[in-house]
Amino acid sequence: MNRDYRKRIFKKNQPNEASPSDSRFLRPGGRGFTILGLREILVRNIVPIMFVVLCLLGVRWSGKPALFLLQEVVFRMSRNSFLVLSLVIPVMAGLGLNFGLVIGAMAGQAGLIFVAARQIPGMPGFLTACLVALPLALGLGYMIGKIMNKAKGREMIAGMILGFFMNGIYQLVFLFGIGTVIPFSNKNMVLPRGIGLRNTVELKSIKWVLDDLAMAKIGKVRVPLATLALSAALAWLITGLYRTKLGQDIRAIGQDMKVSQVAGIQVDQTRVVAMMIATVLGAIGQIAFLQNIGTLNVYDSHGQIATFAIAAVLVGGATVSRATVGQALLGTFLFHLLFIVSPYAGQNLLGSAQVGEYFRVFIAYAIIAVSLALHSMQRARSMASRR
Amino acid sequence: MSLGTDNPKEIDSLKDSRDASSVSAARIGSGMFSRVLNTVGLPRLTVGGFVVALFVLGGMKGLPLHNLLSNSISRFAMNAVMALAMVPAVQCGIGPNFGLPIGLLAGLTGMVSALELGLRGFDGLFVAMIIGGGLGTLLGIGFGLFLNKVKGQEMMVGTYAGFAAVSLMCILWLVLPFRNPELIWVLGGKGLRLTISLKDAFGHLFDKLWRFKIGGVEIPTGLIGVVFGLTAAYKLFEMTKVGIAMDLAGQNERFARAAGVNCEQMRIIGTAISTALGAVGIIVYAQSYGFIQLYTAPLLMAFPAVASVLIGGATPLSASVSNALVGTLLFQSLLATTVPVAQSVVGGDISEIVRLIVSNGMVLYALTRGHGGGNGE
Repeated sequence: MNRDYRKRIFKKNQPNEASPSDSRFLRPGGRGFTILGLREILVRNIVPIMFVVLCLLGVRWSGKPALFLLQEVVFRMSRNSFLVLSLVIPVMAGLGLNFGLVIGAMAGQAGLIFVAARQIPGMPGFLTACLVALPLALGLGYMIGKIMNKAKGREMIAGMILGFFMNGIYQLVFLFGIGTVIPFSNKNMVLPRGIGLRNTVELKSIKWVLDDLAMAKIGKVRVPLATLALSAALAWLITGLYRTKLGQDIRAIGQDMKVSQVAGIQVDQTRVVAMMIATVLGAIGQIAFLQNIGTLNVYDSHGQIATFAIAAVLVGGATVSRATVGQALLGTFLFHLLFIVSPYAGQNLLGSAQVGEYFRVFIAYAIIAVSLALHSMQRARSMASRR
Repeated sequence: MSLGTDNPKEIDSLKDSRDASSVSAARIGSGMFSRVLNTVGLPRLTVGGFVVALFVLGGMKGLPLHNLLSNSISRFAMNAVMALAMVPAVQCGIGPNFGLPIGLLAGLTGMVSALELGLRGFDGLFVAMIIGGGLGTLLGIGFGLFLNKVKGQEMMVGTYAGFAAVSLMCILWLVLPFRNPELIWVLGGKGLRLTISLKDAFGHLFDKLWRFKIGGVEIPTGLIGVVFGLTAAYKLFEMTKVGIAMDLAGQNERFARAAGVNCEQMRIIGTAISTALGAVGIIVYAQSYGFIQLYTAPLLMAFPAVASVLIGGATPLSASVSNALVGTLLFQSLLATTVPVAQSVVGGDISEIVRLIVSNGMVLYALTRGHGGGNGE
């Protein structure tokens, strides 16, 4: 402990320090901002502005009616925003973009598999899935946090590789563990050889449970109020967290680990707690996501969850060291609007919907690469100016 | 990769920890066991142990061992060049090259170009290598310039730059004006196929070259020759002035700068060599596999290569040619023996899962060992 701490003091390149230029780059939330020039506003919000332009072009080229797009966006917002919001806390804690979100999603899927096997219908089924996923997610989150503490400064790549690693464990459990080590009674879900789950699990018993709980019709657009309320509750909780002791600790370690340590905050422990919260949220988010989709692909459903959620929050203007609820929601809206229109735009422009589908995946990867690069350059610059 | 401290003691201790094959291993046990562990290293010991155990298990189950051995050897030779590509990257200081897919795409472009030109046999293979290697070098220089701007985050940025390049090329494979009917979709007549057979072009050329059998074990002499030829060429490069300067730049940037080495330039050279080797590597792989796999196939191919060199005893800060070769041999033997042995024991193909767990477990182990890579310590 003591040695760790000493080593950290020697490190000048503390990755989790909020660089001084951050405050110049982004407007401090809420109070205390000055009136900005037009040019400055453009520079500060360049990513969301670019995406607004891209989305407008995409909407125009797709040739789809606004009502159709609105309906699609509402559903995508409702099922995705919870997962995107779950990324805010790790960023706040200085753990960077949580590529380990897939692990939370795996826990959620384990809960769903349990419910699908027992055929528990309706709202009790949804809640049971959450309850089964909860201890799993807590345990996994604890493990992720411990590993993150061993890989300080490399949390993102460690999280990503850990996600791949756990995917292997997950496949081992559900492809070879079911029917051999884990007893499984529902034979319809098991592969013909008697071991391992089939890829597709129909979630008939809980499909649309949350969405249909309070489906409103605004104009001609159907709005799943309950699912949106779940995300809104999370957004409210995150903003509320700032006012608690835990939230303050999380924010402090996100800004400067060594100062926090000196101030008596249990840095490592707080990081583990932040990771546990994020993983539990990931599990619940995945359950809410899949109740809308209605089918669980046991071996693929979680695959791209982290990439798309992270791309979404970045599109909203977040960075590796700073993310807000507003950015998460704006980003989800813009990213998914682009997601909807790009195959149609590809079809109309180049005669191939496939091009549009590859394009949106390219956008997701490219936005992450560019954001990580920009963050790293900015940090290097701030470090140089401090010397 | 500045050391972030001027204290000479700190620098010394960092260097020492880099040299020891396993720092944490020293604390685990004492005496014989720890001495073996220290010289061989935990990754090599565990994976090697697994391979031996699988061979024994396979022998007890009555599997033909010479088949297992042949498979191990040919899979080693197929993948060795891609693992070799990690060595210059680590030596020049960018860490394991997670942006390897960029090189792989250059190699794939070389192959489809050679096929589009209607070249077959060794002509096609060498033209593919020249186009691929050249394109890889150019892309590598560009990638190196980019990585110089993101020092300390090369692994993460490289991974996503590679992913982005693969998905961009997915679009280009569809829209580029290829005409050869053997390459494009039969229906629609536009866009390259998902997999292109090399049977009539240059499939298995190196494999078949001077191939012989000893006691039922097939030795693809030509393929192994290519691997060792490239290894020897790189070994020679390591001994040149540039090679030494590059290694120094990767080991200790501050010291290298004091010695008059242009570290930025060295990083670019290392990245370019790594990317070009990646391009040649995928060509060697594809001719041995018999098919070119386009679209999303190269997406995750960097990870096994990174894992191989780490299994061979490399760290994110230091790697040698022998790390790459030994690591590839161990990792590919493990995968080659898992398939039939697991089939006879568990009754299913578990090799993909073993690949995921072992390769990512290895990378994770390297990342959590406290030193190397990432944050520019």
